[in-house]
Parts: sequence; structure tokens; C-alpha cells
Amino acid sequence: MSPAVQRTVVWSCRLALIGILLVAWVIAINHSKIAMFFLGSPKVIAEHLFQWFATGKIFRHLGITLLETMLSFVIGCSLALVLGLWLALNDILARICDPFIKGLNSMPRLIMAPIFAVWFGLGIWSKVALGVTLVFFVVFFNVFQGIREVSPVLIANARMLGARRRDLVRRVYIPSAMSWVFSSLHLSVGLAFVGAVIGEYLGSSAGVGYLILEAEGTFDIETVLAGVILLTTCALTLDYIITLVEESLLKWQAK
Amino acid sequence: MLRTLHERPRTRSAKGRTGGFFTTMSAAALDLRGITCTFPAPSRDAEPYTAVRDVDISLGDGEFVAIVGPTGCGKSTILNVAAGLLAATAGEVSVFGTPLAGINSHAGYMFQAEALLPWLTARGNVSLGLEMHGVARAEATQRADAWLERVGLAGFEERYPKQLSGGMKKRVALAQTLVLEPRILLMDEPFSALDIQTRQLMENELLDMWSADRKSVFFVTHDLEEAISLADRVVVMSAGPGTKPVAEFKVDIPRPRDVTEIVQSPHYLDLHRRIWEILKKEVLKSYERGKTMVPVG
Repeated sequence: MSPAVQRTVVWSCRLALIGILLVAWVIAINHSKIAMFFLGSPKVIAEHLFQWFATGKIFRHLGITLLETMLSFVIGCSLALVLGLWLALNDILARICDPFIKGLNSMPRLIMAPIFAVWFGLGIWSKVALGVTLVFFVVFFNVFQGIREVSPVLIANARMLGARRRDLVRRVYIPSAMSWVFSSLHLSVGLAFVGAVIGEYLGSSAGVGYLILEAEGTFDIETVLAGVILLTTCALTLDYIITLVEESLLKWQAK
Repeated sequence: MLRTLHERPRTRSAKGRTGGFFTTMSAAALDLRGITCTFPAPSRDAEPYTAVRDVDISLGDGEFVAIVGPTGCGKSTILNVAAGLLAATAGEVSVFGTPLAGINSHAGYMFQAEALLPWLTARGNVSLGLEMHGVARAEATQRADAWLERVGLAGFEERYPKQLSGGMKKRVALAQTLVLEPRILLMDEPFSALDIQTRQLMENELLDMWSADRKSVFFVTHDLEEAISLADRVVVMSAGPGTKPVAEFKVDIPRPRDVTEIVQSPHYLDLHRRIWEILKKEVLKSYERGKTMVPVG
């Protein structure tokens, strides 16, 4: 099979799967009141989604969720980069901090969400704080590893070419750490998004997570599912954007 | 105990001998006197490992010296000491008559392993040293491109190391080192990972470049053929641990040489036989020890 044919087959199978699922769904709710209550109607869900965009109501909520995601990612990454660099280049400090970092990382951090709500209020910052705790560790461990794994030959070579400590950090350690961070972008951006939504879901006044929470309060299953579909689409889009960014940032890794 | 062992002797000598006492004598490019390198034991029940012991070796200005010895005999250790990357446990290094402290800024180093920065292009790698020495970006780039052209890589400036073949990477590494115009060149089996044809090509090119400005070269190799075809002088090292030079041969084969043809000359064959007689003993010794010892380094 030629690649073009293969692609057609793959895509038509995917669409067929969605079609079968939708048909089964519609049949189920037409024959059972209980299914109708639990699953909602795909038509109503589609209407909700359409209404959200048509009235523009969704943009504020979506904007807030994405803003929280971005802030979590940027703040989490920056903190992790600075701390990772500092600890990786300072052996004693790394040994002192090791158990604390491992402890904080193994702590179930979602449980911190209510505490963050108390500390930072119900606005965006409590969600950002939750997102940061999720993003930080992924990036931190990658930075740390990225710096520890720099080949001693690279360091020796850079030193022979005249690198002082400052040059080593700027031209060898940071690029090496960044390559590890970039390779975990999918995970860290995904976690920033999860942090934002979960944070909203646990207590907020705006955001897609808030819409879902609100609808759940009135057993409005269709709105809940519309929110879930919207979030899934957002996550997929983010993931696609990262793939594009990755390709340009890591082109030196391609053969 | 360990502390005193690892004290840097060269700081002491730097204070002790100021003035032109040594410089008045013919200043060798590199002069290693009584170099001993002991590495601390990796675990409590292991012995400290002495890689080289009491090594005296010198490199004249403009001279090409090859250091041969069994694999893993501590040849690289000697280069690292000469480069200032490794502080000797005992002994002194002087560079053009001045005691060495810290990195040897007169020396360029070509490593055996891949040492290019993978996230920089060929051009970025070559201009790196210039930029770190404060040369402006535009000029650094221009000089880098000129060197890339000189090593036959014009048109490959934008390639990343991963996109280059083994031989091309070695050329970039050569340009990266030579663009800084070091007076001393330290080479640690730089071509050992290449296939034989590429290798001979690179050796000839190295000879061409060397004869143009006669840098002082320390060339470490385990390959006797390579050593004789390139060098003015071949130093044979003993098997490790506690490696030291055991013999020295002058290579009086006239230059310019072609490494592909030189191997057939009777003069070369005679030298090869004489050096191999000594080297062979060390290689066998090293092999015997290797069977009973856990290899270190």
C-alpha cells in the first residue's frame, strides 16, 4: 500500500469509529430513559458547544483556563530551571535537598488544591500554584539530569577552547538541560493544563473547569460532556503545537 | 595523606622559580618533569591507582612527537596534564619556559571521543572558541567559515554534528581547535574511530597543515604506523600502571611525507621493526596484566 492510500484507510477507519459510536449512542438514548439521563444527547451537546461559541460566552472561560495553563508552565519551568541548574552544579546542596525534593514530588499534590485556594483565593493564582507544583518537578528532574549527563569530554573541550565557568553554564550546561526540557514538553504542558482544570473544578468563579462544576451541580450532563469535549480538543491542539515547536527547537537532534 | 598527595606542585614551583632562570635555556614548547598521577581509590578496599609515574618528556618548539604505548597505559593522562585539565600529583609542567597553572592557553586539544557541541552547527562549533575569547560575532563567523573551507567543509557550515559523517566531524573538530591558532597541538588518538582510507586522508591533511606553520604537536596513538608516518620522534611508553617512557626513536624520514606511500620504504620498515620489538614487550605485559586486573580508566 502506498503511504497516501494508507493515510486514507487510517482516517476513514477513525471517522467510521466515531460514526459507529454516535449511532450506538443515539440508539441507546432513544430506547432507554436511564441511558438518556446518564449519557445525554449528542445533539444537545453539539448545540451547547455551538451556543458557547455563537454567543461568545466560552471565550472568557477558555481564555482564563489557557492563561492559567500558560502561567503555570512558564513559572514552573523558570523555577525548575533556576533551581535545577543551581542544585546540579552544587553537589553538597543537591545532597542536602535530595530527600526534600523526593518527598515533595511523591506527595499527592492534588490534595494541595484546597490549601492553595485558602492561600491564593479563588482567582487564577490558586490554579496557577497547583499547575506549578505539577510542572515544576517534571522540568526540575529533566534539568538536573540534563546537566549531570553532560559528557566530561564536552566540558574539557569547551575549557580548552577558553570557556570560563560562566561560559560553561551558558554555552554547555543550559543548552544541554534545555534539550531534556524540550523533550518533556508534552508532559509538562499537559500537566499545566491538568493543574488549571482541576484547580478550577475544585473551586473557582471562571474557567472551563468552573463551567463543568456548575453544570454538575444541576445534573446537566450535556453541558458537562460539552466541557469535556472542549477540554479534550484544547489538549490535542496544545499537543500538536508542541510537536511543531519541538521540531524547530530540536532540529539538531534529527539525523 | 591523600591531601598532601594531591597538592598541586606547580603552584609551589610557580612561586619558587620566578624570573628567567628557565627561559634562558632553550625553551621547549612543553616540558614535563617527574610527572606522577595517582587517582584516589574508587572504593575503600581498593588501592589508589597510579596511572603514570615519574614521567620526563619534552616537546621542542615546532616538533611533532608521537607517543605510543599499549591501550589504556595512561597516554591520555599525560596529555591531560599537559593541557592543564588534570593536576599532576607530583612533578612540573612548563610551557615555553613558564610553569603551567590552570588550563594551558597555548594548547589546542583534539579529543579521541566526540567533543563537538551537538546543539551548535559546524560554524557555531568552530566560532565558539573565538566568541569565548571576545571576538565579535561577525568576525568569528567569518574566520570560522574560512577554517571550515580550509578543512574542506565549505557548504556544510549550517549542518549539525549529527548530520555529518565521522570524518567530517573530525574535520570540524580540527578547525575548531586550529581557528584559535594554538602554538601547541595535543592530539589524543584523534583519528582512531575513522575507517582506514578516511584516516590516511586526514593524516596527510594534518601533515600539510602542520608543515605550513610548524606547531608543536603531541600526538598520542596506539598505532605504530600512524606514529612513524607522522612524527619527528616516537616515544614508547611502558605498560600501565605506573607508565613511563621506555624508549625514544628519531624518525629521520624526509618530509614532505605521504602516509600511504611511506609504509613501503625500507627505512620505514626498519624503524617499524626496531620500535615494535620494544613496544611488543609492553603490549604483551599489558595484555598479561589485563587478564588478572580489573581495567581502570
